[in-house]
Amino acid sequence: MSNEGVNNPRRRVLVGASLVMGAVGTASALVPFVASWSPSAKAKAAGAPVKADISKLEPGQQIVVAWRGKPVWIVRRSAEAMANLVTLDDSLADPASAVSKQPAYIPGTAARSLRDEVVVLIGLCTHLGCSPTYRPEVVPTDFDANWQGGFYCPCHGSTFDLSGRVYKGKPAPTNLEIPPHFYESDAVILIGEDGVNT
Amino acid sequence: MAVGNPNRAKAESGIIRWIDDRFPLTQMWQDHMSKYYASKNFNVWYVFGVLSLLVLVNQILTGVWLTMSYVPTAEGAFASVEYIMRDVEMGWIIRYMHSSGASAFFVVVYLHMFRGLMYGSYQKPRELIWLFGMAIYLALMAEGFFGYLLPWGQMSYWGAQVILSLAGAIPVVGEDLVQWIRGDFLISGITLNRFFSLHVIALPIVILALVVLHILALHDVGSNNPDGIEIDQNKDENGVPVDGVAFWPYHVVKDLVAVGVFLTVFCLVIFFFPEGGGYFIEKPNYEPANSLKTPEHIAPVWYFTPYYSMLRAITFPLFGLDAKFLGVVTMGGAIAILFVMPWLDRSPVKSMRYKGWLSRAWLAIFVVSFIILGYLGTLATTEGRTQVAQLCTVLYFLYFILMPFYTRIEVTKPVPTRVV
Repeated sequence: MSNEGVNNPRRRVLVGASLVMGAVGTASALVPFVASWSPSAKAKAAGAPVKADISKLEPGQQIVVAWRGKPVWIVRRSAEAMANLVTLDDSLADPASAVSKQPAYIPGTAARSLRDEVVVLIGLCTHLGCSPTYRPEVVPTDFDANWQGGFYCPCHGSTFDLSGRVYKGKPAPTNLEIPPHFYESDAVILIGEDGVNT
Repeated sequence: MAVGNPNRAKAESGIIRWIDDRFPLTQMWQDHMSKYYASKNFNVWYVFGVLSLLVLVNQILTGVWLTMSYVPTAEGAFASVEYIMRDVEMGWIIRYMHSSGASAFFVVVYLHMFRGLMYGSYQKPRELIWLFGMAIYLALMAEGFFGYLLPWGQMSYWGAQVILSLAGAIPVVGEDLVQWIRGDFLISGITLNRFFSLHVIALPIVILALVVLHILALHDVGSNNPDGIEIDQNKDENGVPVDGVAFWPYHVVKDLVAVGVFLTVFCLVIFFFPEGGGYFIEKPNYEPANSLKTPEHIAPVWYFTPYYSMLRAITFPLFGLDAKFLGVVTMGGAIAILFVMPWLDRSPVKSMRYKGWLSRAWLAIFVVSFIILGYLGTLATTEGRTQVAQLCTVLYFLYFILMPFYTRIEVTKPVPTRVV
């Protein structure tokens, strides 16, 4: 075959156009593969709100409920613990929860709760997602000689106070997240949805 | 019509000749076995490549068999592993061959990599061998990580949760990325399914392809040796390197001894210490995954612990970046920096035998730091341990960062022209 009389610019344009179309086609073909990794309709449906009955929750106790598969803690703090919380600001990384994730209707106070002593937290460390353990007792521990009660993450040693506020100098960057929730009645908290408190 | 290389080697007659006329069988046999010459002074460090290949075969074979009885669902996974262990005929040994094989893989790969560092096997013209090898290492780590979720025990679950959360530290897109990888709001059966698919289909294909590239690149430029002498520089009248010995049968027979020793040790582990004292199969993994409760002490499997230590060592923000993101960057950087090894070493010689004391000292510091980091990664953190980990992390990186300087300024010994 002869290459004489070939219109080279036209050939380049055709090759270029084919390449571009091929690239667009390939990119489009990737869409279903990428999209199929997103949460399925079934997974989204399973993320529905859950209810928790706190009528039998005594001061100092913690209950754990699963919302979207995540542990959600509800803790009723004692009066002494509440008094203690406000004194901790200096040793905390984000005492007023300014950069931490929580619904707008949760005050940036030491209590971080809708009803003073009952706090609702997502029980996953904001560092790498381990579930910290509940250590409410005010006693020296192997991770903190001056422990004031709160939560301790066994994975990387982050510590949180009883409002889920992270202590300074720990790997966790922010306070424990607070999920959307409201009081359906005095005894029942609905977790996973914003709503009108009764 | 003649196709392929018309001068390629062919058998005289018979069935092999029939094949040779249609496929370069004899030529390939000669290129990679009977006429592939490697230096005659190989020492024990040169058996770990072959052993890696052996373990790879073990993993694929046992993996195929495990897949026959394993159920990749959140409801069935844990029970199916116990079913394999108790009810499937000889299932326990196949499972232990696979789980201990994973650890054995990293043992031989780490020793193989150390050999490369010691004798400069990454240096020109072997940069691509090193890069393909590093890609294999990366793919192996992914393979090990995906595989560890499959038994669906507590350590499987929370280990995966921690490692996946690493991606969440990436600014802006992190959280969405993690959710996309999980396919759910938290690790669930959906995540397990896709990890199973990646573990048994996608990554084995990638690893096999990379191994082929690794070996092809090696056989093109030839093996390095403990003296770092290019044996191709000294050929006899037939074009055979005078200091070389054919891979088949000489190196193969030597490697078979190593295979025998390796299999003896491997069998001892499988029969008597299949859990490796909690390092190969961690104790919390005998408890089914529970998304509401993290085990008291979680640690990755031993082959990830050096990097895990570095991740935990970063407890302070820097340059306006938070500690969590910096930890992830440090961890990623520790692996990434290995890739550029060939361009960091500016020494005129390859082997530690002829490098100066600075290179030797830094290699020793590097190895000791890596081992200490690995050990610390299996323990819970304390203030003191974190400080040691921070020091070792710095030393780990200094080994690489200072390499262009110390390899250039140090006095090297002259390299002989012949292998003694």
